Amino acid sequence: MLKRLTLALTVLLAAPIASADTFVFTAIPDEDETRLQQRFQNVADYLEQQLEVDVRFVPVKSYAAAVTAFRNNQVQLAWFGGLSGVQARARVPDSRALAQGVEDAEFMTYFIAHQSTGLETGEGLSDRMRDMTFTFGSKGSTSGRLMPEYYLREAFGQPPEEVFSRVGFSGNHSRTISLVASGAYDLGAVNYTVWENEVEAGNIDTDQVEVVWKTPNYPDYQWTIRGDVDERFGTGFADRVQQALLNMEDAELLESFPRSGFIPASNDDYAIIESVGKELDLID
Amino acid sequence: MWHSATARLSLGFVALAILCLGIADLSITAHAPWHELGRLVQGLVQPDVSAVDHLWVALLRTLAFAFVGVGLGATAGFLLALIFHSRLVRSICAFVRAIHELFWALIFLQFFGLHPLTGVLAIALPYAGVFAKVFAEILEETDPLPEQVLPAGSGRLSTLAFTRLREAWPHLVSYTSYRLECGLRSSAVLGFVGMPTLGFYLESAFAQGHYDTVGALLLLFYALIASLRLWVRPLLVPVYLVVAPFCLGSGLPIVWSNVSRFFSEDIVPSPLRHGEGLSGLVGWLGDIMISEALPGIWHTLVLSQIALVLTGLLALALYPLVSRHFFQGRGWHGRWAVAGRQQAGARVPGNRLTHLLGHGLLVVMRSTPEYLLAFILLQLWGPSMLPAVVALAIHNGGIIAHLVGRRSNEVRLRPDAPHGLVRYAYELTPRLYGPFLALLFYRWEIIMRETAILGILGITTLGFYVDSAIQEIRFDRAMVLILITALLNIGVDVLARHLRARLRLRHTANCEP
Repeated sequence: MLKRLTLALTVLLAAPIASADTFVFTAIPDEDETRLQQRFQNVADYLEQQLEVDVRFVPVKSYAAAVTAFRNNQVQLAWFGGLSGVQARARVPDSRALAQGVEDAEFMTYFIAHQSTGLETGEGLSDRMRDMTFTFGSKGSTSGRLMPEYYLREAFGQPPEEVFSRVGFSGNHSRTISLVASGAYDLGAVNYTVWENEVEAGNIDTDQVEVVWKTPNYPDYQWTIRGDVDERFGTGFADRVQQALLNMEDAELLESFPRSGFIPASNDDYAIIESVGKELDLID
Repeated sequence: MWHSATARLSLGFVALAILCLGIADLSITAHAPWHELGRLVQGLVQPDVSAVDHLWVALLRTLAFAFVGVGLGATAGFLLALIFHSRLVRSICAFVRAIHELFWALIFLQFFGLHPLTGVLAIALPYAGVFAKVFAEILEETDPLPEQVLPAGSGRLSTLAFTRLREAWPHLVSYTSYRLECGLRSSAVLGFVGMPTLGFYLESAFAQGHYDTVGALLLLFYALIASLRLWVRPLLVPVYLVVAPFCLGSGLPIVWSNVSRFFSEDIVPSPLRHGEGLSGLVGWLGDIMISEALPGIWHTLVLSQIALVLTGLLALALYPLVSRHFFQGRGWHGRWAVAGRQQAGARVPGNRLTHLLGHGLLVVMRSTPEYLLAFILLQLWGPSMLPAVVALAIHNGGIIAHLVGRRSNEVRLRPDAPHGLVRYAYELTPRLYGPFLALLFYRWEIIMRETAILGILGITTLGFYVDSAIQEIRFDRAMVLILITALLNIGVDVLARHLRARLRLRHTANCEP
């Protein structure tokens, strides 16, 4: 049995798994994850047509997994969040941010509260919040963790664990909304596009949960590409990828992100995210 | 009863758990859970698979990872069992099994990436450690006489094959088949970190609140586990094992330079990487110990102590559901009441149904990921240790009740044995209490590992900090914390073994959860 297994495993390892010149991309699992494969396959088809190379999309389960796959050169292009993009570019020399969504230049986090807290719409970060329960989204999220934690520390002069009686990590934005709507947590921090989409879709009972504060703007999601793609796919390849992304106008494709369009971005646009990440000791 | 060491130990554990209850935060705070829970229940009773892109592929992958992982684990474990007398081998096995499959997967993801090898090794490695230990114990318990009467000069291999192995074979097979069920659960759960198994889609659907899809995937998984005996047949297993490696899917190619980078760079403590020398390292380690490891250990211990005792109570209450001494045969007098279910005067046909329902309940309890249970209970009760404790107890109580129930079927009662509650309290439970405790002690360590998943509740166990370090892509920190977790698990394992030895709880196959 052992022999057979070893043999099979050898075959499995030796088999050419993906052709060497397949261009692979991924996206952090932040928006609607269901049918991700199908929706992003359309994006892959679009890029394949524009770039004239084989393009493949692989789904990942966490921000860290997206960064790791990028760093390990298993994917060459990724749709990152602000923080994960900074983490990724710090680990891959010459990698660069290519494009961001129109909305990403001025992104926001909403602080939401359950009605039983008695907090009012637009109340801001107030001392009445002390000793309530609070949930972030994913630990590696810019809008669900990094920026809200930064503003909380700024407002209260203390880490969140000392301000609130309990600090949880719901795992993602939809779950943050669901947990605050049920009153399981008093307060939560959520990506504003996710909130707006859910409200529009009628999934939120706005009598139960409301927005108590909107953070100032900061830059968020962006496309980042590895520095060695020109070497592998031909001179000027990264520029062609950038052009293809900027030219993406099909509403159905943009819906996957969901953004209204893409605009150019550079590494420097995210300097603020990097310095906040260092301040909160989330990056070295 | 105070003279019995077993009773004193049990009461000691309960007392300790009650003490922990005083320390633990078990408050209930949720305000309006019914809307969200209503959606959840509605989804579960109206399952819909149409939203999953490649359902059958996911099912195939779940089976393939389980077969290859358990197959490799059993093979390696068997070989290791033959040299298990070596202290080095024993220590290595204790170490690899002290780390949760999910953590192994997260480590392998760093250098193999999304390649099938990541999932296969994440199952095979810890399972090999468990198999080695259990197989060695099974072989040790065989009768040494046949070996002694063999003529001198018999080959080692044929000696083994015709003496100990022959006698131990049924136990080895029975244990391996039980581990296959665990392997299926592990395989599904690996989807949570990106392997293409059922858990991948389950997590996605669950994250977005698509409860109809969650319901469909869960039902499919329950059916898979419940029907295991129907499709895992001795003659078919070799076929499955040969086919499975080819059904793992292709994933992404491994870049071997990442492997060396992981060991030479990623896991090297950052003060050493930045040339801060030994003093830097000491400060760094001290910081991790004080701010993360020590509070993490404390919360982990408090939480697992309460969960352990609740698991035990639940298992004792539920094992009759799958025991033939209660819900099958003509001895049934209908005086039995369990889990709020009052059965009056049911006869044989009804018993059959009750038996199936009992099995069904335990399948659901042990096959629903604790993470999901914790989330549902969090909606009900708000964030505290309470949802964690109950989720862990439901999951693990389901497993132990299943194993104790199975064990009870080996007990033969006198024809004039009492029935109903008397049979439960004075006949069966006392006889099964030893194996029950042995099982619970084995599970102790596992419950501790499982506390890792509870970041959503805002409970900072060791696993919470491991997860944070991994999310921050700081593998040096993650490795230190994983090592501490492993040491804690080994410590609990040693203590449990010591307690088992003191109480003379005999180990038999099927005991290790």
